[in-house]
Amino acid sequence: MSWAQISCQYDGTYPGFLSCVFDCWVNREEPAEFRTPDDMCCSLYPLRTVETDMEHARRVYRSFDKFGREGRELAVRCFLTCLPERELWLWRFLRLGYEQGAGVSRNLTDPVVDKVRKAVWHLEHEAHQYKGFARFSQQEEILVGEIEPKNRVLPLLRPHFCSRYPQERFVLHDRTHAEALFHRPGPGGWAILSVEDFSPGPAGEEELAYRKLWRTFYDTIAIEGRYNPRCRMTHMPKRYWAMMTEFQEERDAALPEMPGRGGRISSKDTEENGKIEGILLRKYTENSGRRTI
Amino acid sequence: MELLDKLNILADAAKYDAACTSSGLDRSGRPGTIGNTTMAGCCHSFSADGRCISLLKVLQTNVCIYDCQYCVNRRSNDVPRAAFTPEELCELTMGFYRRNYIEGLFLSSAVIKSPDYTTELMIRTLRILREKHRFGGYIHAKAIPGADPLLTRRLGLLADRLSVNIELPSSPSLALLAPDKKKEAILAPMGQIRDGISQSKQEIAVYRHAPRFAPAGQSTQMIVGATPESDRHILTLTQALYDRYQLKRVFYSAYMPVSPLVPVSEDYQPPLLREHRLYQADWLLRYYHFRAEEILDESRPNLDPRMDPKCCWALRHLEFFPVEVNRADYEVLLRVPGLGVRSARRILRARRVGPLSFEGLKRLGVVLKRAQYFLTCSGRMMTGLRVSEDGLLRHLISLEAPALAAPMPEQLSLFGDAV
Repeated sequence: MSWAQISCQYDGTYPGFLSCVFDCWVNREEPAEFRTPDDMCCSLYPLRTVETDMEHARRVYRSFDKFGREGRELAVRCFLTCLPERELWLWRFLRLGYEQGAGVSRNLTDPVVDKVRKAVWHLEHEAHQYKGFARFSQQEEILVGEIEPKNRVLPLLRPHFCSRYPQERFVLHDRTHAEALFHRPGPGGWAILSVEDFSPGPAGEEELAYRKLWRTFYDTIAIEGRYNPRCRMTHMPKRYWAMMTEFQEERDAALPEMPGRGGRISSKDTEENGKIEGILLRKYTENSGRRTI
Repeated sequence: MELLDKLNILADAAKYDAACTSSGLDRSGRPGTIGNTTMAGCCHSFSADGRCISLLKVLQTNVCIYDCQYCVNRRSNDVPRAAFTPEELCELTMGFYRRNYIEGLFLSSAVIKSPDYTTELMIRTLRILREKHRFGGYIHAKAIPGADPLLTRRLGLLADRLSVNIELPSSPSLALLAPDKKKEAILAPMGQIRDGISQSKQEIAVYRHAPRFAPAGQSTQMIVGATPESDRHILTLTQALYDRYQLKRVFYSAYMPVSPLVPVSEDYQPPLLREHRLYQADWLLRYYHFRAEEILDESRPNLDPRMDPKCCWALRHLEFFPVEVNRADYEVLLRVPGLGVRSARRILRARRVGPLSFEGLKRLGVVLKRAQYFLTCSGRMMTGLRVSEDGLLRHLISLEAPALAAPMPEQLSLFGDAV
């Protein structure tokens, strides 16, 4: 069955993508690539511009029920991943799904299913990591946090944090995708919105005190005789460290006039991760000198 | 004394407790409260020794009336002493929890005045946390051996997980290093907690709002390497604890030299590899349907440091292999080195669609470098694989060798002590 190959242009949203799926399926066309209006490069394939149609999108979304519970989850979550050409892989997955029905989520050795499953696993794993590694700062009754994930994890983090802090107002900013999760008490009091510019205000005295307490705890709880930096890096890769309170001691000390950098480290500093490790090591040996056991 | 100093002292005193899990209970947050727990638990950080930090692990106080030789907080040890007031500790926990530093509180304590007094102090802390702050996060509390059963019960109604440390793997060792503690005094609260948990489960089945007693179960920990018990002894004990006391976890902690009574050599290294192998064997007991007698017998009282226990078992039972991937039961698949719980489940799912090949197994996440020797796909071994029996042993050992601790590489010196 040979369908005409086209290049599909859409607005980059999930309903937009679902509309593409609808149009391509109806017109019997095989998208060879997906583009958004921002993509500069032109293509050799005939271009089809798809207008987002919510009704079409909804129909396609409902059709995912055919894939079974797990297959449906893959089809929805794959769009949030950072898989290169994720739309194309998702399209292939959907076609396979329409062919095989609920069996598609069991067909784990198929290259397409394998690719999609691993990408979604990466997304879910990263979301799970951020449930622990995200850090909030208190700023005038609002908790402000910032993360820098590879995948779009906010929709996956939303149920967790809303359940964790039902009485709090909080903001969780995703720096990579310029989105933020906002929450206020009350049923349905949340939204994920795109944010152009996000700069949290200075931290108060209480906030700084708690950060200091946490760093003290973090440094104290390690057992010197079991020092194992490799194990720590396996469980907590360094890309998370820049945003975490426990690794920011030197910043606060070095910048007393700007105490509230909102838990941030500039991107230049993340390049100097090696240096951070050096600092930790030094701190570590200082600690071990103090103990007398 | 400032809060910072107290935290420093009391976290330092608590760090030798191995358990820091926040798993075993799903409870979503409700309006008006703060906090939830998840079944899988959640690690919030990892300390420099690579251990997970999930809970705020502190002691209520490190003032102790006992003189256990393996413990840093023993009466005769000259360390700074401190105690949290219940209010202070609650403020600290809430402050950390709101900033997403921790998943909850791990509250232990040295025994101040008497076990009853200590437990009452802990209960006061937990009550403020649960009732005033309406805290719904995870709480792991240590039951104090020797405390009144009624107090232990009240502690269990406030906490999610309880634990009683068994400390040392046999009663002679206990008599040697912890003369104030008796095996019976440790096992009694364990039995009480077990009964409390099963009773609470029955009550909940009848009345949905019945109070929950330690809903995330109980755990324990023992010190490895301070006394001469063999791995076989430890594993058999572990298995008995799982069978008889329905524990969720048994933790092992490599002995760190904190006492003059346990003589150690100058260059003593904590037996971290042994601890690692014990944990691997522990996993075999809990998830892989192994029994302690299968892993170690009288002729082999200790685990092989060069290889994981499952590989060792497989090499001793080559008649069990090769296993046919497309036919074998789940329990049989779990016995194959290189196959874990997840990959075995995936195999079960994937083979419903069609026969599996070695290429497909790789996609499923099977560690073929180990599993290839023990599997056939549709009746065929991996192509080009020819290994004799003792060649297999060498091969498997060499696979793991790079991950094991090698002597630290060091910079050669031109003017060093070689002269």
